[in-house]
Amino acid sequence: MAEQTLKIIAPNELVGETLKLKNSGWRLAAVSCTNKNGMELTYSFDKNYDLLNLRINIKPDIEIESISSIYSYSFLYENEIKELFGVKINNVTPDFGDKLYKIAVETPFKVEKENE
Amino acid sequence: MGNRTVIPFGPQHPVLPEPIHLDLVLEDETVVQAIPRIGYVHRGLEKLVEKKDYQQYVFVAERICGICSFMHGMGYCMAIENIMNIKVPERAEFLRTIWAELSRMHSHMLWLGLLADAFGFESLFMHSWRIREEILDIFEMTTGGRVIFSVCEVGGVRKDITPEMLQKISDVMDKLKKEITEIANVFINDSSVKSRTVGVGVLTKQQAFDLGAVGPMARASGIDEDMRKQGYAAYGKLKFEPIIETAGDSYARTSVRIREIFESIDLIKQCIALIPEGEIKTKVTGNPNGEHFVRLEQPRGEVVYYAKANGTKFLDRVRVRTPTFANIPALLETLKGCALADVPILILTIDPCISCTER
Repeated sequence: MAEQTLKIIAPNELVGETLKLKNSGWRLAAVSCTNKNGMELTYSFDKNYDLLNLRINIKPDIEIESISSIYSYSFLYENEIKELFGVKINNVTPDFGDKLYKIAVETPFKVEKENE
Repeated sequence: MGNRTVIPFGPQHPVLPEPIHLDLVLEDETVVQAIPRIGYVHRGLEKLVEKKDYQQYVFVAERICGICSFMHGMGYCMAIENIMNIKVPERAEFLRTIWAELSRMHSHMLWLGLLADAFGFESLFMHSWRIREEILDIFEMTTGGRVIFSVCEVGGVRKDITPEMLQKISDVMDKLKKEITEIANVFINDSSVKSRTVGVGVLTKQQAFDLGAVGPMARASGIDEDMRKQGYAAYGKLKFEPIIETAGDSYARTSVRIREIFESIDLIKQCIALIPEGEIKTKVTGNPNGEHFVRLEQPRGEVVYYAKANGTKFLDRVRVRTPTFANIPALLETLKGCALADVPILILTIDPCISCTER
């Protein structure tokens, strides 16, 4: 099976690290968010079947930068994470303003777990 | 610049079996921009993993989609098996591969029928779906179900396929090869079909890469990537090559899927010839602790399964990135510059599954 690597980075390194991967020919395969001890965002990249995951951990009120200026199609992932998890992502292009998903509940995947 | 008009396309439209909405910005009859809106039937199935234990969740994963249900269950099980270091018996790996390739065949046959229906070729639509029924009959014979099979479980599979059934499947594959060849000739050679697909919705190789396209959508544009080449399940023991076309138009996407049907027949025959005797499941004890990404080649392309476990029977997270979700940006690009009349065909040529997208 292909390799699977996880690299934990600081939020302010995200755009720079992503740009390096884009320039090295990696394809953005997915962006995932896990709501556990804050928000854990994982950006998964594919190249020749290898999977490289960049991970940032942030508190719910921290704002992060979009990578849509590097991978234009990240806008779908980022709009989804904004609308389902309530993560604040700046400069997503295009930004659907919480109207990509037609859902009745605001940020349904953002559950307060601090007291659990 | 011509007159600019915005036409709402969907969420209900004859060509859409499931709801998705596009605002089509037109200049006269030409689309210049398409703005999507999804989430009309969002079910929050990923969230349900907090309420169903990791064994029960297999049944939830299968219900993400009614077409590639088996592969959703398989992808989820593979993620958990990797976290728990479970070695799945070899026979189970072959059985999974047979069901996965049958799923690809019936998905592609369903898609061919929908495409024919979209451009008004009703007899071709009916023949495509008539042939597909024979694949559903195999599912019923081997699993008891025609849509949701519930044969995949963490550690292996629940049901075996007897030698008599394997022989029957082999015979049906020989029969289907002849029948599908007949309708494939129409999709490939008929002038009325070609007039609706050749040169329509071209996605170049560079665009496909830049927009993150996956599956037949990417391979029809010349991208040589098929997740089965990772060698999961029994694929590492089978001989096959990704089906590639280079034109990047609707005709190329049709051609890739038709050729993949024949490749699936070949893979199933290889499996039947090579499947070993033995157990079909490994006993699973304890709870998963850790995380893992799994990628499979579903009929519509690469699906990403991510599971994160905490040592209890309830997972912290299951994340599913479906192929349709990944192909939406490429769809929006191909719509630019197309005629309004070609929009239904173009939407269909990504083989959209909104059910998957609305997990």
